[in-house]
Amino acid sequence: MFEHLPALVLLAPLFGALVIGLFGLRDHRVCLPVTLSCLAVSLFSAIGLILSVSSGGPVDYFVAGWKEPLGIGIQLRADSINSPLLLVIAIVALLAAVFTVRPAGERDSEKTPYFYVLFLLLCVGLFGITITADAFNVFVLIEVTALSSYGLVAIGSSKRCKVAALHYLIMGTVGASFYLLGVGYLYLKLGSLNMQDIHAILASNESLADSRAIRTAFVFILVGIWTKMAFFPLHGWLPNAYSYSPSGSSAILAPLVTKVSVYVMVRMMVSVFGLDRLEANVEWGHFVVWIAVIAIVAGSTMALAQREIKKMLCCLIIAEVGYMVGGAWLGDPQRWGLTGTVYHILADALMTSCLFLAAGIFAKWLGAVKLEDLSGLFRKMPLAAAGFVVGGLAIIGVPPTCGFYSKFYLIRGAIESGQWAYVVALLASSLVNAVLFFRIFEIAYFGKKPAESHGHGDDHGNDHESEPVVRREPPLHALIPLLVAAALLVLLGLFNGPVVEFIRTGLIETATVVSTGR
Amino acid sequence: MQAFFQEAVIPHFNFWIYVVIMMIGLWSVIAKNNLIKKLIGLSIFQTAILLLYVSLGVKEGATIPIIDHHAAELSLEGDAAAINPDIIANPVPHVLMLTAIVVGVATLGVALALCQMIYKDFGTLEEDEVLQKIKALHDDV
Repeated sequence: MFEHLPALVLLAPLFGALVIGLFGLRDHRVCLPVTLSCLAVSLFSAIGLILSVSSGGPVDYFVAGWKEPLGIGIQLRADSINSPLLLVIAIVALLAAVFTVRPAGERDSEKTPYFYVLFLLLCVGLFGITITADAFNVFVLIEVTALSSYGLVAIGSSKRCKVAALHYLIMGTVGASFYLLGVGYLYLKLGSLNMQDIHAILASNESLADSRAIRTAFVFILVGIWTKMAFFPLHGWLPNAYSYSPSGSSAILAPLVTKVSVYVMVRMMVSVFGLDRLEANVEWGHFVVWIAVIAIVAGSTMALAQREIKKMLCCLIIAEVGYMVGGAWLGDPQRWGLTGTVYHILADALMTSCLFLAAGIFAKWLGAVKLEDLSGLFRKMPLAAAGFVVGGLAIIGVPPTCGFYSKFYLIRGAIESGQWAYVVALLASSLVNAVLFFRIFEIAYFGKKPAESHGHGDDHGNDHESEPVVRREPPLHALIPLLVAAALLVLLGLFNGPVVEFIRTGLIETATVVSTGR
Repeated sequence: MQAFFQEAVIPHFNFWIYVVIMMIGLWSVIAKNNLIKKLIGLSIFQTAILLLYVSLGVKEGATIPIIDHHAAELSLEGDAAAINPDIIANPVPHVLMLTAIVVGVATLGVALALCQMIYKDFGTLEEDEVLQKIKALHDDV
């Protein structure tokens, strides 16, 4: 049983999707329990994997027992870089699933079973990208993730989300194709698709590793992955896709899809091409860090210009992707930048989850889409507002939330490698985040005068100014995930020491030990 | 010029062809206004990569990768020398591309379904008209 944990993480949601496809269409009540129980299985498997990685080092799993040298093996590998991410994916997915619970009285939609099938397939893809040790399987699973997320974006009832989904599809497919092309070049030169094999061959043959074909492969893979993670010049699809998708979808898409792509980039750098190779070409690192600086500044600036809550959060994601890409390429010898990046992947997944859950609650139970609509929030739903505040503080980077510590490690790496522009961009972006969120807090606390409230179509704006404000928290199924996410932000911050140590030893081990695969 | 052709183009003509086809596809994704034409471009773009992979598996004078029963038995016991890899085309890229073709078909299916929904909602498939109508939506809200 325990040796099958790596496969179980993936297979539980896959079978769940099949079960919902078979039975959920007839009886919609099947969907939610199946989804929750499958994700719970994944959650416990991920916890089990972390325990076994921390006691016995990386866990290798060969699907169906086919070992790699026969050429068709599918290897899963959990080490201390990806096992925490598996856990975070499971947690965020579970929170998003609880958020989608329909209250008994509410009308059931025809789309419910399809939503849950796509939801679980998305989880399969995300878990798969994280745990696989095969460069081609990453492509297939990226496309599994992407296809389900196109569906999840388009499942909403608004007209706009279809167009957003089609744009997302075109950009996503081009990105994935570039990744596939890069893998093709690797296969052409090295004859292997297994990440450890590729790493071993490249480490043993310097002239091959410096050859133009391998560099081209790396560039293609990076461009593909950057498109998928919405790194600045390639970010066009993200704001519309995530802000026009229904709240249940964006609660899982926004936190996870971009973060997992960042993880793929880290994985490619650490255990495919090797950090030594990147350190030998310092100018690449400088170049990417500069793009990241531009990405951070651009993301923050765009966030300032937004009037809608979800759009603003989407722009913040673009800035956060800049943090992570820049951090990964800092190239400081102690690997603090890279450690900070991996830690920030976890932290940012939880932060974004918290904020998008809050935005979903505000949209559904307050009808608040724009920033002004939030006036009087603290009196109307104090608990939900508290969750939102914790998420906001985390993204600003206020201790003891995890946002502070991830920025601390990133800045430490940047100072040690002398990338001052990145330090400045990070601090400036934190300042912008502070401005953004304190503006919202101000609106939410003090509200606006009726004259200023823009006569925004629906009946919320003016209602509450005249009537005494009634406190009406959102239902528990929506409130609990938000508060759990907020609590996890603080917990991850308080226990940052062991988490970072776990990630850092794993990174250093993976970067130095080259096991000979064949 | 002729030297260039003989050294760079002719021995690697599969690469040249895939690059040309891929750029045709990318151009049509970027430049075409009609959504269906964009999707056709996307398909061409993906197919170019399939061609690259498939051409990787080709060897001159090699045969299909079906190994007779006797040799297969030997190889599973670890006696790889029983099979001469030089006379067998590499099957792995082809197998990989079967997966990629499936992915491409699924993507195209989703994309066409989205186009259908967009046509129902907006009554057009020209991108600029769709975007204009979306802007009009924005003003209403």
